[in-house]
Amino acid sequence: MEAFFANLLNGLSWGMLLFLISMGLTTVFGVMGVLNFAHGSLFMLGAYLCLQFVRWTGSFWIGLILGPPLVAALSVLIERFLLRPLYGRDVSLQLLLTFGLMLFLDDGVRLIWGAAYHVVNPPEVLSGSVALFSRSYPLYRLFLVILGPIVGIGLWAFFTYTLWGKLLRAAATDRQMAEIVGVRVPVLFTAVFAFGAWLAAVGGALAAPHQSVGPAMGERIIIESFIVVVIGGMGSFPGAFVGALVLGLLHSFGTTFFPQLQMALPYILLAVILLIRPRGLFGAES
Amino acid sequence: MRIRRAGSLWIVASTAFLAAAPFFLSTYWILILTEILTMSLFAMSFNLLFGYTGLLSFGQAGIFGAGGYLAVLSLLHGPSSLWGAFAAALAGSALISLVIGWFCVRRDEIYFAILTLGFGMMLFTVAHNWRSLTGGSDGLGGFTLPPLDLFVWRGSLADPRHFYFLVLAVALIGAILLYRMVNSPFGLMLRSIRENTQRLSFVGADVRAVRLCAFVVAGTLAGIAGVLFAFFNRIASPEMLHWAFSGKAVLMTILGGSGVLLGPAVGAAIFFVLEHVITAYTTNWMVFLGAILIVLVLAFPRGVLGSLLDLVQRYRGRPRS
Repeated sequence: MEAFFANLLNGLSWGMLLFLISMGLTTVFGVMGVLNFAHGSLFMLGAYLCLQFVRWTGSFWIGLILGPPLVAALSVLIERFLLRPLYGRDVSLQLLLTFGLMLFLDDGVRLIWGAAYHVVNPPEVLSGSVALFSRSYPLYRLFLVILGPIVGIGLWAFFTYTLWGKLLRAAATDRQMAEIVGVRVPVLFTAVFAFGAWLAAVGGALAAPHQSVGPAMGERIIIESFIVVVIGGMGSFPGAFVGALVLGLLHSFGTTFFPQLQMALPYILLAVILLIRPRGLFGAES
Repeated sequence: MRIRRAGSLWIVASTAFLAAAPFFLSTYWILILTEILTMSLFAMSFNLLFGYTGLLSFGQAGIFGAGGYLAVLSLLHGPSSLWGAFAAALAGSALISLVIGWFCVRRDEIYFAILTLGFGMMLFTVAHNWRSLTGGSDGLGGFTLPPLDLFVWRGSLADPRHFYFLVLAVALIGAILLYRMVNSPFGLMLRSIRENTQRLSFVGADVRAVRLCAFVVAGTLAGIAGVLFAFFNRIASPEMLHWAFSGKAVLMTILGGSGVLLGPAVGAAIFFVLEHVITAYTTNWMVFLGAILIVLVLAFPRGVLGSLLDLVQRYRGRPRS
């Protein structure tokens, strides 16, 4: 039972980080039709900026608040000057561009911060552990588990009730129609891309105390979040939530029960889901 | 007509150069050329799917690596025969790509890319985790390369020049095979799948079967390239199957040009030369590679060879078909 709860907590906290990054990925894909290979690198950049702010100021919260907007600003430039010329062209070109961007950012980080792994301590309030079911759990993981659904509900409310959210959904459903009724779609696209990057960087900053910060963290999470988004259905928020939870739990329980198979489990799940439901669990059939 | 003649002149000249290279180049450069040729074959196999059929595979390295492992396994546990190892890898990678392809060719574009990535990583996991068979993350080495037995001539492959000739011959056979294929009615079907899948199925073609066929041919050639790679390095390692290695094939193809048969080969050459030039100054050469890829995608999506050919065409005042 104790092992079960430990696995559950680990799986959920990893799942919540996956959810944050998958939300950005799926939003960008849903609205812009761009599958962003560099999304994991933006996540990693968020973690590194957080690390840098912690070094300068000693405060995790400053890193969490100031880092992500910087990443968002960078991605405004990326969208405006690199992605925009490729809209309407072959989808593969966009994928390749973001792939090049990923190589650039991943190695750029190595150039600036070195190849070593770094540790960021959780903020004082959230360090330490709590006793649950006669075992102690790191408080920070519990914090992530609670934060995930809150962010999810917040985003859902944003997309459902606010004007910006509605504009985004309109552009995602029918870009031309949105343009005809006067939505400035290019501006919207820039905003969506920056928003996705901001989410990824928030995920990265939150991940910094959860795992070690290193140049490979982007590469790892991008593949997992691809799987989350494809399993859940591209562009679907509930899909991203369910997919992230499933993958997070698969990760922790798989390590315990099928250590040999654990690395392959996400890919097996991916193949099975895509064969049974080609558009993912929550994807609309086209 | 003049262009075609000029083109074949170039091909004959560069083949002659490659065949004569061991007689005047240093061993160091022969080793680099061997690597370039091996990766050329790998990248060209990828491009049969990407450039001609419009399928972006991120799992090609999985089959490439599987070929390498199968050949090494056959040498370790089977007869010490070079042709036996090649036959095992050929049959094995054809079978693996038949199974993987059967699943993957049902999907398009991004779904195809992700599915192939997934299957490639499953193969990676097998190579990485099945320690008793594959040696795990250490890789599978410790085999002796049997001599090259051409019935009329036997030579040790420990000599880099002999090995180079083997790789050159295999790569040339692969290139000729691909050339014949893309210029056949079957190749025309591949290109029409790239241009318009629906229209092709309307005229009665079995799109899945055609794609599967291309997938198996590409996979088999990738597997053979993997054998050469594993033999060259004297080890088959899990990294060969990782999706990042598939990314190399993607990069080389884009560098050289996906619209031209020999584009990936030119891309592989540029890749290795760049790597050598840039790593002389910094170990972080991926930064440059990433930047180059971004510029290429934005400004020269047809790659170096493709853009050069376009330039020649424009100079001669003929529109390309």
